[in-house]
Amino acid sequence: MSTPAPLPKVGSRGSALRSTIAASGSTLGLGLLAILVALILTSPVIIIAGASPIDAYANFFLVPLSSQFRLLEVLVAATPLILTGIAVAVAFRGGYWNIGAEGQLLLGAIAATGVGISIPADWPPIVVVPLMILAGALAGAAWALVPALLRTRLGIDEVVTTLLLNPVALLFVKALVQGPWRDPGGITESPPIVEAGHLPQLMDKSRLHLGFLLALVLLVIAWWVLSRTGIGLRIRAVGLAPHAARFAGIRVERTLLGVALASGAIAGIAGVSEVAGIQFRLTSGISAGYGYTGIVVAMLGGLSMPGVLLSALFLGDLRVGTNKAESALDIPSQIGAVVQGVILLCVVGLLAIRRWRISRSDRPADEAEPPAEDERHLENAPA
Amino acid sequence: MGSATPGADGLPAVRLTGITKRFGDLVANDGVDLDVGRGEVHALLGENGAGKTTLMRILYGLTSADAGAVEVDGRPVTIRSPKDAIAAGIGMVTQHFSLVRPMTVAENLALGRARGARLDLEAARRHAREASERYGIAVDPDARVGDLSVGEQQRVEILKALARDCRVLILDEPTAVLVPQEVDALFATLRRLIADGLAIVFISHKLGEVRAISHRVSVLRRGVLVGTAPGDTDEKELARMMVGRPTFGVSRPDPIAHAADEPAVLQVTGLSAAGAHGLPAVRDVSIAVRAGEIVGIAGVSGNGQTELVEVLTGMRRPTAGSATVGGTPIAGASPAAVMAAGLGRIPEDRHASLVLDLPVELNLVMERIADFTGPGGLDHAAIRRNAVELIARFRIKARPEDRVGTLSGGNIQKVLLARVLAREPRAIVIAQPTRGLDVGASEYVRGEILARRAAGAAILLVSEDLDELLTLSDRVVVLYEGRVVGEMPSEKADPERLGLLMAGREVAA
Ligand SMILES: Nc1ncnc2c1ncn2[C@@H]1O[C@H](COP(=O)(O)OP(=O)(O)OP(=O)(O)O)[C@@H](O)[C@H]1O
Ligand SMILES: [Mg+2]
Repeated sequence: MSTPAPLPKVGSRGSALRSTIAASGSTLGLGLLAILVALILTSPVIIIAGASPIDAYANFFLVPLSSQFRLLEVLVAATPLILTGIAVAVAFRGGYWNIGAEGQLLLGAIAATGVGISIPADWPPIVVVPLMILAGALAGAAWALVPALLRTRLGIDEVVTTLLLNPVALLFVKALVQGPWRDPGGITESPPIVEAGHLPQLMDKSRLHLGFLLALVLLVIAWWVLSRTGIGLRIRAVGLAPHAARFAGIRVERTLLGVALASGAIAGIAGVSEVAGIQFRLTSGISAGYGYTGIVVAMLGGLSMPGVLLSALFLGDLRVGTNKAESALDIPSQIGAVVQGVILLCVVGLLAIRRWRISRSDRPADEAEPPAEDERHLENAPA
Repeated sequence: MGSATPGADGLPAVRLTGITKRFGDLVANDGVDLDVGRGEVHALLGENGAGKTTLMRILYGLTSADAGAVEVDGRPVTIRSPKDAIAAGIGMVTQHFSLVRPMTVAENLALGRARGARLDLEAARRHAREASERYGIAVDPDARVGDLSVGEQQRVEILKALARDCRVLILDEPTAVLVPQEVDALFATLRRLIADGLAIVFISHKLGEVRAISHRVSVLRRGVLVGTAPGDTDEKELARMMVGRPTFGVSRPDPIAHAADEPAVLQVTGLSAAGAHGLPAVRDVSIAVRAGEIVGIAGVSGNGQTELVEVLTGMRRPTAGSATVGGTPIAGASPAAVMAAGLGRIPEDRHASLVLDLPVELNLVMERIADFTGPGGLDHAAIRRNAVELIARFRIKARPEDRVGTLSGGNIQKVLLARVLAREPRAIVIAQPTRGLDVGASEYVRGEILARRAAGAAILLVSEDLDELLTLSDRVVVLYEGRVVGEMPSEKADPERLGLLMAGREVAA
């Protein structure tokens, strides 16, 4: 940053697609359309796998809703997705492209386990649970810190750095469960956490736990902050038009840093929720790609909090459904991941098309053009 | 120019009938009838938000009309997209260009003509050469568009339309971004185009230009076409048609007497700054603006004005020198610190200064979010009150909840003005205050600037409009290649002398 001029426009490195995403707004209709297109596109895959798409989709989406137990399982599956969905949506709204929720979640899980296996067994839950949540949030935020600093201080693209840290976090988990935290029982997982660290069950005969309520509370808080507070307004302004935000006196770098850390903390809490609500120990399979699915959740939900809730429930439904379909129809459960991936591509594709149509049919036309001036500043921004 | 000559065969090149367009409950075009003859320049006048751009976007297929019909050469056509418009021989140059900046001029032209995947670069180059000879449109076909000046880019846009064999050319405020010499060149080109039988729609807020180039003038007021008059109708009459009442110019009241040793409110000392490519753009500039004084900066665009304004507004770091407002250093400070020192900032690029995707009311409080935040979060009631008040006071044609991006060009400008002037800053830096504003709004804005001056604000005014500069400023400073090459009281500044200084031909003491 020794170059005196121009000021690094860290926040303004937006490509057209990025500004499209940050401005995606409410997209319920768009989400439904994306889902429909994705289902049509994945049908051939299901046929190749040897099943009828209609049967498969009935299993994916309807069977999980057919009993109370299964319904509650959908909520269990949706819990980490709501949390990672919030994490990603908050970051994207601020124009911070956090692709690292997966790694931040794993760090949250590690921290929660660390607290859970080392704390005296006679401490009460009212102390242990908040401690674990706090530790998980801090660990998630800490994992998000380096990419955030690289972005805000040096202008290094966070998409790459946050993504690259995900496998590193997984290696970290594996090293722990195979090394220092290896359960004396011999399996590669940590010893169980103390009883007092278990998140209370919300209902009998269901795995649904306090993490779900926690996720809902965080969802409401995130919604309130984004839409009703000055901080939220700053975040939105930075995400939509970093140059204009900076011009209006908003500290763009600070806002981005805050958004990145909050996002990491929420993802970390998702890890806590899985350790303390479901597995009660650390395993290398603690996250079934929840951090990545969070990106789908956020995009499908149009980066709005009600949208995040709906799409997390939908994808939770899909997750439970694909597990069921595996035994019922003998098709691999990875098909679920394929459907998810195609949905994401469809959402992004439709957003781009919609934006393009808006720019053609509506005003302002210039928005559709990538801000060429800013792009030039990027080239000159001190690296 | 003389009287109308709409087409040798009496048929207009385009005829719009009963065009109506609503945005929610706002009627942007209300049953508009308009025809443009071959070989005619037809000017479209109207206040900001009158519906000029909307009407032309409909003709070019960028927006669809709710009702109405379009005829080209007497045949009805349906225009659903720019593709249809191009096929019908209609071309449009919008205020924000749609060129691919990293590509060369020829590549851009070839892209515009591309059928399928083939790019015929040789043909594009040939076309560019032919057009430059035939119509006097001078551009280097091998230059990178990103390196061209705004005026040159505009020529590329015109070439692009011509390359698609357009017979009707729409120009939306083409002169707003041009310096006077470029305007002359554009008009010369337009004259050759109409001699070739093209029909041209010309939108501008500058009545002098409209009179100079157009055969007929149509005036829109609140979406309604109030009349079509001959091109040589006098300016007062045109202004009256636009606003529905006579207009008056503003004039600068008597200067405020200053003691020789009175300290300046805005003091710039030895300021230097680098431009986009790291080259020096502002060189050792010193300017002092005292309370109740307007200092105008004259200069051909690209002589350091933009960078100077960027430094003063907190958006660019200087390489040397200092600037203070009321004694507080602001050079190199953050925008927030600059505002806290009491400087109001209105740079020339309003689009980049506002969050277009957020509503008017939020943009109006963006500089002081904290003032509108209570214990329960944002005080939406106060934000709304603030917006309602400023919209009324600055006559912004918008509702508080409208996204700024949907406003007409002039109204976007007013949002920024309102945001800044409402805070009653002690010093103001303002660039191109009336660019894109209609006659009434320009008058209003100039009045506001003078009102701030009367209230004791120190104002640094950058404008390419020399008349405006000389009317408003107490003193004029001329910038050439980033340096101050002359300074004089406005009474002593005649346009000729300024012109020489601005061209770097003379260095005044
Ligand atoms: N996409 C849109 N959504 C909502 N309102 C719109 C949209 N486009 C235009 N308007 C409104 O329609 C009206 C006419 O706008 P238009 O851009 O045609 O004005 P104009 O005559 O070109 O003004 P200016 O001289 O300021 O450019 C304005 O009030 C504007 O806010
Ligand atoms: Mg317009």
